[in-house]
Amino acid sequence: MGETSQGTIYGINGPVVKVRGDHAFKMMEMVLVGHEKLIGEVIRVQENETIVQVYENTTGLRPGEPVVSTGSPLTVKLGPGIIGNIFDGIERPLTSIARKTGPFIGRGMIMDNLDTEKLWDVKVLVRRGDTVRPGMVIAEVQETPSVVHRVMVPPHISGVVEEAARDGSYPITRTIARIREGKTVHNLTLVQEWPVRTPRPYKSRLPLHEPLITGQRVIDSLFPIAKGGTAAIPGGFGTGKTMTQHQLAKWSNADIIVYVGCGERGNEITEVLEDFPKLIDPRNNRPLMERTVLIANTSNMPVAAREASIYTGITLAEYYRDMGYHVAIMADSTSRWAEALREISGRLEEMPAEEGFPAYLPSRLSEFYERAGMVETLNEQQGSISIIGAVSPQGGDFSEPVTQNTKRFIRCFWALDKSLAYTRHYPAINWIDSYSEYAADLKDWYAENAAPDFMTLRDRLSRILQEESKLLEIVKLIGSDILPDEQKLILESARAIRQGFLQQNAYHEQDTYVPIVKQYHMMRTVLHLHDQASRLIAKGIPVSVIRRTGVFEEVIKIKYTIANDDMGAFDKLIARIDAILSEIEASYRGAERRGLA
Amino acid sequence: MNLEYVGLKEISGPLVVLEGVKDPSFEELVEITVDKEKRLGRIIDISGDVCVIQVFEGTHGISLKNTRTRLLGKPLKIPLSKEILGRVLDGLGRPVDGLGEIYPEKYADVNGEPINPVEREYPRNYIQTGISSIDCLATLIRGQKLPIFSGSGLPHNQLAVQIVRQAKIADEDANNFAIVFAAMGVKHDVADYFKNSFKSSGVLDRVVMFLNLANDPVVERIVTPRSALTAAEYLAFEKGMHVLVILTDMSSYAEALREISSSKGEIPSRKGYPGYLYSDLASIYERAGMIKGRKGSITQIPILTMPNDDITHPIPDLTGYITEGQIVLDRGLASRGIYPPVSVLPSLSRLMKDGIGKGYTREDHPGLANQLFAACAKVQEVRALASVIGEDELSDLDKKYMRFGRAFESAFITQDFNEDRDIIQTLDLGWLLLGLLPREELDRLSPELIEKYYGNPEENESRYRQWT
Ligand SMILES: Nc1ncnc2c1ncn2[C@@H]1O[C@H](COP(=O)(O)OP(=O)(O)OP(=O)(O)O)[C@@H](O)[C@H]1O
Ligand SMILES: [Mg+2]
Repeated sequence: MGETSQGTIYGINGPVVKVRGDHAFKMMEMVLVGHEKLIGEVIRVQENETIVQVYENTTGLRPGEPVVSTGSPLTVKLGPGIIGNIFDGIERPLTSIARKTGPFIGRGMIMDNLDTEKLWDVKVLVRRGDTVRPGMVIAEVQETPSVVHRVMVPPHISGVVEEAARDGSYPITRTIARIREGKTVHNLTLVQEWPVRTPRPYKSRLPLHEPLITGQRVIDSLFPIAKGGTAAIPGGFGTGKTMTQHQLAKWSNADIIVYVGCGERGNEITEVLEDFPKLIDPRNNRPLMERTVLIANTSNMPVAAREASIYTGITLAEYYRDMGYHVAIMADSTSRWAEALREISGRLEEMPAEEGFPAYLPSRLSEFYERAGMVETLNEQQGSISIIGAVSPQGGDFSEPVTQNTKRFIRCFWALDKSLAYTRHYPAINWIDSYSEYAADLKDWYAENAAPDFMTLRDRLSRILQEESKLLEIVKLIGSDILPDEQKLILESARAIRQGFLQQNAYHEQDTYVPIVKQYHMMRTVLHLHDQASRLIAKGIPVSVIRRTGVFEEVIKIKYTIANDDMGAFDKLIARIDAILSEIEASYRGAERRGLA
Repeated sequence: MNLEYVGLKEISGPLVVLEGVKDPSFEELVEITVDKEKRLGRIIDISGDVCVIQVFEGTHGISLKNTRTRLLGKPLKIPLSKEILGRVLDGLGRPVDGLGEIYPEKYADVNGEPINPVEREYPRNYIQTGISSIDCLATLIRGQKLPIFSGSGLPHNQLAVQIVRQAKIADEDANNFAIVFAAMGVKHDVADYFKNSFKSSGVLDRVVMFLNLANDPVVERIVTPRSALTAAEYLAFEKGMHVLVILTDMSSYAEALREISSSKGEIPSRKGYPGYLYSDLASIYERAGMIKGRKGSITQIPILTMPNDDITHPIPDLTGYITEGQIVLDRGLASRGIYPPVSVLPSLSRLMKDGIGKGYTREDHPGLANQLFAACAKVQEVRALASVIGEDELSDLDKKYMRFGRAFESAFITQDFNEDRDIIQTLDLGWLLLGLLPREELDRLSPELIEKYYGNPEENESRYRQWT
């Protein structure tokens, strides 16, 4: 903590407050503004004036009111009590706010970020005389039934344990270990603080080789994201960004989910709060809320805190990564964050770059996405952060600055398509415009853990879809009737792939999450049908004959007819397909022979 | 506080600059006396003792010399009591119906405060509007914000009136609903149309109207929806009423915001609208919903006219990003005489998923809606093809879709302004229409539902013939 300083308010323009007087504020320092002590942050220091952005509504502030520095930058408290909780953009618990000001959010609330009264069962892992380094785990707390909280030595501290507490029930503020480092003594409690705009340190970056399994077919099979990877979901309004983010928050195989509702709807946060405690994590049969933390700055909450919410979220994610967890963070929507930057920048009268966005938009985006990755932690564990950012392009036009700049820093692009959404093809991820640059890195993982030919099948599947898209250009002009039969088959198989495989019903009990093995068998089945049909067509059997048997419909309905754990059913189905097709073949041969006779 | 400042430093559009101000506060209300007439303004920027003031009634007739300005020591608040029902107010909540002042039970700041998401209750109860296209395909939920995206000259006002008239929002207690109507920049005849329709459906004494008409001051237009929603919050969350809020026309509102922004010299983003248009609209639209432990609700139906019928224009675009779906009207349908001209594919209700189906409407509703959407999408595709190769050249299946498309428009979408269909009628009608398609085409419905509801197409041929 540095020395504090005090100034007085000179000017007010929305969330931007100008401060004058004899003071020495530091850049990015947190300050308390006015008699009501609104929380703000120093964003520009000039010779005779300091500019502060205020995280709360500034109505009623007056020139002459005091502005007091806190001596530290905007920080978050890190300790047990984060998981399962919901915070505003600067880590104030929304339930505590509700306790103070009722159903509407009031102002000027300085409060404990984490519950300081609750007692946690602490298992202390260090003894007197132990030498400790940054990142080392000194104690463990069962934070929720799903998450063991590993209390770590903060970065930059090392030394010898002079005294360690015994196992017991303690509040987060209780000293667990006293560490001597030369002449200084550090009292380590269950909490530590960290400035949100500074990435937490780790030992080294590791290559990405394992997918974040989401149970969403179009993602896992066609455009997978690696653990530690980055993905963007751009799409116009109502195309399914939030649904996709919610699906990933629910079903992806991360250990910890950080969900940042950044400038979006209040009801969507409420929905998560209602659903997640009821939904069960298939991996440990515990409610999903027990591994989830929510950060909410809804669209009607103050805009400066919106800008901070992204950093608060990623810092919490890094903290759990440092414990050796695989964390996935969803930011819905990064465009609102970029717009918050634009709004503050506009009020500072900075020179805008494209569409009014500040020139530093790309660097802010890249700094954010850089905080993803698979790392070796200070404590020599593996941990990762995967970032999935929604992008809300104005007018649904992907050429706008936020989408374009985001594209430079992410490696997985799930492009949502308005026309697919209009036809209720969900998830409306366009299979032609989307891509994943991780597919090659993950090849070995799929070969070993899913099926040796997983990627081969995937490539064939996407080839059929690509061919379909070319054929459809022709069909638009002349109809499909005059296409040769092998091309008609492409259309038919592609339809089965689209409706049976790519479309996935988030509201269906089974279909909402599909294990990777079933995804594999679904691909295998549809391709098997395609191959066999193709063989028949080569013999001159028209595709309409095959179609009439209803085999394609049967394959489309697999998602509903074959349970997620019944892989045996696939061999039976394939046998059935073979039987149907050979029957056609037989009768056709019969007809041919009669024709010849 | 009783200091009076004579004269001004500068006047620019709806803004004036006052110098030498003692102890102003941000967003404080001021009273400006111009000759004898009093106007209200609000401090929107303070720099030392210089204040920029937005004058609600506009700056016409103001000179640098002829004003006396007083700070009122409080932000803009409107008087509230249950008596506001049945009244007509201006955008700042002052009576304009000649029925006298309102005895306030309280004053409330028009800006309101954001609802804490942990205190919200997720909306789940559907409101039957009696309009098939809405009830089946874009179901309105109590506590939802569902705008009508329209174009100039399209019957959005009729549709809004029909919804108000038919909406079954007063389930448990007939005295427990209210309508808050806010007009921003609309013409007199539009305001009168609404008023007369409220009167003829006998609900006028449950309506409070906030009027800022086309010739009323632009700055007041910015406050109008906020005053209206302040009243709605009072009625819903303090008096336990189910409130339906109609905001029209949000496009005029956004234009007013643009006008003021440009006179402040702000850097514009798209099409000249300020960069904060999203946040500003959100501060209006998010004032809908339900709160745990409180009886009432606020359902919003904002109406906006899309400039050039362009759905990617910033006003509909940013609205769509905030609201929970949209009902889109289509000029093509309207010009073929179809009422209500609801364009099915781009219309959406995001909250319907939790308010329809078994236990709410009927178990087949989600699947049926889905199938109708899919069929409409296919119709669109086939029509595009038909316009290239001619309808006669279409395959048999495609011809069936053409026929379905016609029947769907003339029997399902089309309905009379006075026709009130209940949800069962609407769903049955949907199934009847699906009978025009071969059974194998019903890929979004489970076999059980098809078994139960898919009728015998031949039996219905005579009705089909009448529709196609
Ligand atoms: N995977 C899905 N399964 C079923 N329905 C879906 C799916 N994805 C989207 N939808 C439908 O689309 C609607 C809109 O989706 P969503 O709210 O995710 O859009 P969005 O892209 O986040 O829009 P906005 O930018 O306005 O927030 C949902 O309410 C739902 O009805
Ligand atoms: Mg969304």
